Amino acid sequence: MLKVRIIPTLLWKQFGLVKGVSFDSWRRVGPVLPAIKVYNQREVDELVLFDILAHKSEDELDYESIDEFGQDCFVPLTVGGGITSIYQVQQLLRAGADKVSVNTSLYTKPELVTEIAKRHGSQCVIASVDVRPDPGKGWQCFSHAGMTPTGRDVCSWAKELEDRGAGEILITSIDLDGTMRGYDLKLIEAVVNAVDIPVIASGGAGTYQHMVDAVTKAGASAVAAASIFHFTEQTPAGAKEALAAAGVPVRMPYVTPVTD
Amino acid sequence: MKVGVIDYGVGNLGSVIRALEELRVSPILINRAIDLHIADCLILPGVGNFSDCIQILDSNDWSSALRDEVIGYERPLLGVCLGMQLLASASMEGVDGNQQEGISGLGFIPGKVVHLRSLGCTQRVPHVGWNSIKSCNSDHLFRNIPDGTDFYFVHSYAFVPEDSKNLLATTEYDVQVSAAVRSGHVWGTQFHPEKSSRAGFQLLRNFIDGEGC
Repeated sequence: MLKVRIIPTLLWKQFGLVKGVSFDSWRRVGPVLPAIKVYNQREVDELVLFDILAHKSEDELDYESIDEFGQDCFVPLTVGGGITSIYQVQQLLRAGADKVSVNTSLYTKPELVTEIAKRHGSQCVIASVDVRPDPGKGWQCFSHAGMTPTGRDVCSWAKELEDRGAGEILITSIDLDGTMRGYDLKLIEAVVNAVDIPVIASGGAGTYQHMVDAVTKAGASAVAAASIFHFTEQTPAGAKEALAAAGVPVRMPYVTPVTD
Repeated sequence: MKVGVIDYGVGNLGSVIRALEELRVSPILINRAIDLHIADCLILPGVGNFSDCIQILDSNDWSSALRDEVIGYERPLLGVCLGMQLLASASMEGVDGNQQEGISGLGFIPGKVVHLRSLGCTQRVPHVGWNSIKSCNSDHLFRNIPDGTDFYFVHSYAFVPEDSKNLLATTEYDVQVSAAVRSGHVWGTQFHPEKSSRAGFQLLRNFIDGEGC
């Protein structure tokens, strides 16, 4: 049986990891490498790493750092931030990423998803979508780390990304992100119903129950979270216990059998 | 002990190399078909699209060199994910409905690669995440890996072997999906051992040890 994934999200800014509230007021939470090592040792299901400044930079992506981060990561690693070309995807995969996440560039160059899917397969590309409520209409998508309104409705955009070849949708509520008040369940449910590819819930997790709700009430295939793991005593392992207790299938670490 | 990782321009090579290094094996990245014979055993990685990959393999002498090594010299080979699907006789990926035959693969293990939907799967596709496997028979590839162990899968197409004796392990995703196949000294896993943490290390270790390479 397929397990529901719990995915710690690591936001990387210059020299370290940060976490903000609603994509603002960033707090430093420590260096990247030790965090990846610890998550790897604890056998988290998957990791997502975003370079949150990359979209502002004219420089090439920081492949060297990705290479370093990947050294100790033996669970799937998704890398995002500032990706605008298939060449960059190729370099990231060589550096140690297993999947890439694309966001801002898709609003002007949606065919990039198709290019990545055609070359590396749909499973390799997570389309990341950041939204805010659009009163009376639903939710509007924002690009450039939540700064720029795009005029796109989340459901039609998610569907378009699926049709163009995205393998998964990572949906983040900008307003709830970092607040630890819970996921926007209506938003997640709307996206889950709009597409047939897996949907990863993001933005707002503050308790294990929030994760249970995202899966059992809204239908998410996976839950991503940052603040809850950075700023509280709660852990991915604890989240799994809570999900298991609620009847959600989760992965337990492999233990080498004692006898052959 | 020389484990060759075939670098034909696609795939998450970084991850495969690192997993082998973690096992204290020094992998050799093989980026020319004529160097295949240097290795004692071979790993064929792959993410992406079947027809693109087989085209690359065919156009750069990889396919014929691989046949020489694997069939001629009985070099052990492990195909991973798309690398496993490439072992099949044919794939329906990227083929329109009118073509019955599909695109030819390497043909090391008789069988066809078909979309999960055409197997009757009604769940979300791609099949992404950790799923438990069940062995069909005892094979040293799954030594110390009990049924129910989770591996990391990420795929939309699945290998359907012609003969069930080539099926080593399955997983359930609405329908039964091939998780591992074998024919002689050619193995394939649909899941990614290099990204399946300790369970994956055990499987890679089993492949390398079992073949004395």
